[in-house]
Amino acid sequence: MSEIPTSSVSKGCFVFKSASKKRKRHVGVGGYLVDDSDDNASDRFKICQKLWETVQMNTEVIQDQLNKKVLDSLAEFIKKHGLGRSSDNWRQRASEIPTAALMLGVNVPDHAMTFRSLCNLLQDSVTPFVVSVHAKECAAVKFLIQKVLEQLMEIGVSVDEEQEDDTALPQRTQCTISALCQWYKTVTKKSTKVSPQRKENSTNSDLPQSLPVVVIFKDFEAFNPQVLQDFILICSRYTQELPFIFIFGIATSPSAIQHRLPHSVSSLLCIEVFHSLSCTQHLASVFEKLILNSEFPFKLSSRVIQVLVGIFLYHDFSVQNFVKGLQFSMLEHFNSQPLSVLCCQKQEALLSAKTLSKKNVERIRHLPSFMRYVETQEPQEQVRLLTDDEHVKGVCHTLLKNLHKYHKNYYPILQCLHSLTSSLPKFPLGKHIRELHVSCIEKNLWETEEYDSALQLLRILAKDELVAALRKCAEILKSAKRMQNVLQQLDDFIGRLEALQSVSSEDSSGNGIVSGKIEYQRTDLFQLQKTLLEKESRRTRRMNPFEVLRSQVIEFIDSLVREYLTPAELQPLSEVCYYSSSGVLRQRLNVTPRTSIQAALSHPFYYLQNESLKTNSGTISSAAPDLCIVYKLHLECGRLINLYDWLEAYVTVMSAAEDQDTNSEEGGKYDSLKHARFIQAVSEMEFLGFVKSTKQKTDHVARLTWGGC
Amino acid sequence: MTRAPDVTREQRGQTKRMSVRLQCPGYPEDTLRSLADRLPCRDTQLETLLQLMGQPDQYSYPSIFIYGHRATGKSHVVLSVMKDLELPHASVDCVECVSSGLLFHQVLSAFFGPDAAALLPRCPSLSDFVRLYKQMSSNSPATQTRYIILDRAERLRDMDFSLLPALLRLQELVSDNVTVILLSEIVWEKFRPNTGCFEPLLFHFPDYSKAELVQILSWDHHPSYTPELYASYINILLGVFFSVCRDLRELRHLAVLNFSKFCEPLEKGEAKESDIHKLWKNIEPHLQRAMQTVYLREVSSVQWEQQQMDEEAATTLRVLSAHAHIELPYYSKFLLIAAYLASFNPARTDRRFFLKSHGKIRKTNFLKKHEKTSNHLLGPKPFPLDRMMAIFYSVVDSRVAPTASIFSQISSLVTLQLLSQVGHDDQLDSPKYKCSVSLDFILAISRTVGFDVVKYLYDFL
Ligand SMILES: Nc1ncnc2c1ncn2[C@@H]1O[C@H](COP(=O)(O)OP(=O)(O)OP(=O)(O)O)[C@@H](O)[C@H]1O
Ligand SMILES: [Mg+2]
Repeated sequence: MSEIPTSSVSKGCFVFKSASKKRKRHVGVGGYLVDDSDDNASDRFKICQKLWETVQMNTEVIQDQLNKKVLDSLAEFIKKHGLGRSSDNWRQRASEIPTAALMLGVNVPDHAMTFRSLCNLLQDSVTPFVVSVHAKECAAVKFLIQKVLEQLMEIGVSVDEEQEDDTALPQRTQCTISALCQWYKTVTKKSTKVSPQRKENSTNSDLPQSLPVVVIFKDFEAFNPQVLQDFILICSRYTQELPFIFIFGIATSPSAIQHRLPHSVSSLLCIEVFHSLSCTQHLASVFEKLILNSEFPFKLSSRVIQVLVGIFLYHDFSVQNFVKGLQFSMLEHFNSQPLSVLCCQKQEALLSAKTLSKKNVERIRHLPSFMRYVETQEPQEQVRLLTDDEHVKGVCHTLLKNLHKYHKNYYPILQCLHSLTSSLPKFPLGKHIRELHVSCIEKNLWETEEYDSALQLLRILAKDELVAALRKCAEILKSAKRMQNVLQQLDDFIGRLEALQSVSSEDSSGNGIVSGKIEYQRTDLFQLQKTLLEKESRRTRRMNPFEVLRSQVIEFIDSLVREYLTPAELQPLSEVCYYSSSGVLRQRLNVTPRTSIQAALSHPFYYLQNESLKTNSGTISSAAPDLCIVYKLHLECGRLINLYDWLEAYVTVMSAAEDQDTNSEEGGKYDSLKHARFIQAVSEMEFLGFVKSTKQKTDHVARLTWGGC
Repeated sequence: MTRAPDVTREQRGQTKRMSVRLQCPGYPEDTLRSLADRLPCRDTQLETLLQLMGQPDQYSYPSIFIYGHRATGKSHVVLSVMKDLELPHASVDCVECVSSGLLFHQVLSAFFGPDAAALLPRCPSLSDFVRLYKQMSSNSPATQTRYIILDRAERLRDMDFSLLPALLRLQELVSDNVTVILLSEIVWEKFRPNTGCFEPLLFHFPDYSKAELVQILSWDHHPSYTPELYASYINILLGVFFSVCRDLRELRHLAVLNFSKFCEPLEKGEAKESDIHKLWKNIEPHLQRAMQTVYLREVSSVQWEQQQMDEEAATTLRVLSAHAHIELPYYSKFLLIAAYLASFNPARTDRRFFLKSHGKIRKTNFLKKHEKTSNHLLGPKPFPLDRMMAIFYSVVDSRVAPTASIFSQISSLVTLQLLSQVGHDDQLDSPKYKCSVSLDFILAISRTVGFDVVKYLYDFL
């Protein structure tokens, strides 16, 4: 430890974390991985960690990008109010405190990150005096004031009379805003003297510098209204000396302010509303960056995506949790799938394909997708694939290349198809690209009805709409290097469409109506569609040049879909990259405490892993914990359970195990130990919420759950 | 008891203010006059107050309780008197005193300097305060009456129960020439402890009449316009707002906010100052709009002013309550609907609404509306968690596992204050909740999930 250099320009104290602890933890991870070193577990761990780092980096970047606008406007708001006050003293806005109501949405777990970047931004560019408070720490006004003072003055402020510990301090600061006022005066005086070259000063040097004091209420709804009101009343008394600015972090809607603050208090505030990004939009960006990205080797199967998106949409709206779910899937995948060594960037994957261990080659042979691939080969080739390891490695090499190529082609075409269909009425292929993606990787899209109806709708697009849609596709394809060929064809189509000038007037008007009516999505759309489609089919006989071209375009798109949007499962070696255990994921991320309790009680072996507890279902083993026995017995009862009968049954089970030859003489009696154990088990049942005492019948308890075994 | 004599009421009606001659021996006369000039429409109160106070060196009444509605000038009058006559006083806003110690501290440091206040022990009791006060005042006995002014005195009731009775007879306790003045919006009857106490002198500040408001508000006219113009502006303003708001502070705020709009025709040269009717036509609709927006704080004052600058912003401006929409996760919506149903339906009707085959209960005898009042008028009723979950499972359209996240959504709804927990929140056994959202809100929510909530509400059967 002494070797660690501690030279530093400034004085300071250095913290050395105890090295032994660190090493121990590291050994811990290594220890897990060394066990099966044959499977390159540590390699997989490394890949996984590297991927996770990119995920984290990307999510942060996305969040910053998306939040930039609202954060900037907030900073602008604060600058405007904090620095440009008291310009006209006839109409000084008496004691209104500028307040920003920041709408954050109900995805509370994601707020922390927003607040962090907000604090950083404000501290960097506006004012050093930023305080953020949580409702939990502010049960009373004095605690709120204490928090504000502590964070601003960076000292301990005593509020509670009971704590006598820091009486030694010579001048204890009182927990009041007027104390803060004093402090603020001295600090600002100092800073104007010491550093007059501050940025704010240089811009308006004649104005006395008044850096605002920003108080951020992170969870506005959770605050006790009385505390808030008092705090605002107190602060409003000091607005002349202390330029307060409040930020309310609101999860629901701005009317929450009016619900919590009476007019007499809200009239002290000057409230402006700011909207932060919506969580669905945030998810869409994260999805696009992390999942619909060929650069990111780790993939999720359709089921897994559905589980993760389901949790998002149905339960929490939290992007953080979605990313956590993604992290969990990554860990699971790299842990449970030894072949995931190949799940990395192309070059590395190709390298490690060459050095596959014997065991892993065998594993590849057992992959369903690889077996399917083998079946399509010539018999001779099949034999080689099954016997020659080196050959398998070679094939693996090309298959991996193909897989990467598949992904490179897949995403641009997916985006094109989405941009084509997302403007169709009723969104036959889904409103969001993730829905389209899920249906593409799970089955042959072109065999679905939705796809048919989407194509039908595309077939009746008017010319300008079609051209616009194709232009968008061309834009998407421009960035895809491999797709230049397709792009060329697309451009060609666009050119030909535009060259078609003289569409017969009758048709153009007909199409105009179509397109016009498609806009009205609210009217009886289905009916309209049907009639139009019928009309269309009747007209097929006599197509004008535009219609001919249009159907060519549609066919072209269809061919693209059939070529590139094949289900991922069918790709050989897809298991290497795709994590598909949606069941595990659901079990882990969306836990059901009740089922686990029931499983534990009815199958104690599942958790305790004790051989003696292994029973075939239906029988009751006396070796099981008392609680399990009592639980199983109670399943056979009705709504009311006779305690005495229950005890009898329990004793029977227990004594049946003890010795088979117990005579009937002992039948009626039972020792007090068993009695006590029974009582304890029953109270545990009550604690778990399966039974409760009842006054309906003496010596009975009521069951709180239904059903038998 | 001091009430404004009827004579002065008549005087108020007079447009020309009489210069009142205050006769109070012991105080400099010219200060008194300027004081009276600065406090228009509070002459009688001022006079009575001065009479109560007596000459500076005389003992005054131990405690005076001044009450009256918001912004009737209680603090303003008392503090102006104290400051202008340079009387020794300690002014404390009770809302700031999170503990009685702070109050003692402020009083002592105002009378005897911060060093004296520092002598207070860490958590001073009332007797500590009295002892220290006595000690200090024996060192420097009062030559003039000392005044302790306690603003928002209603907060004293929430502090130590012995504090208020002690303050009321502080003069006696510390045997010093000290008077406590309590200021409050609430009448004395709501203060009186049931153990009884020394009765302070009650002193009412009546609300300002419309004419008085005009007079006071006209006082702070804009420097670049004539006082007459400003007075007519104030008249117009009060014509619009007097029926909804008599709060002087609020009216002053509104006057400042809208004055630039009032002057707009003058600036543009479209009207002259004498053209009151034209000016009125210009400002009246604007003030009406202000009543629905800035006055209610639906729009902030800054936004309102910006809006006056450019008309385009006016159309884009959204008022605060316009963003009532809340985006919730799917199951949270159903949980909220279930909570709403549980809150507003009697529990006995659950069978009818949620049992697939409720068979026997016929609608006619079910509809025995012996409870005439609508449940919606009575407000939400508390319900146990089990009932809500049972309703939830029957209204949600798919099979939902009772996962931990479902339960944690309930507590999220509680922190968002869409549900509120009844009773103590550490009651784990069978917690009870209330739904605290409005019917409109729940209708909007259920529309997004395609659920017809009205069909399930007993009130709308
Ligand atoms: N007679 C008056 N002349 C001039 N200004 C007045 C008069 N009365 C009240 N004001 C002004 O109205 C504002 C509110 O008055 P003040 O604070 O005294 O009200 P209050 O009765 O103490 O109200 P609250 O009960 O809310 O404390 C003050 O800013 C004061 O300047
Ligand atoms: Mg007051």
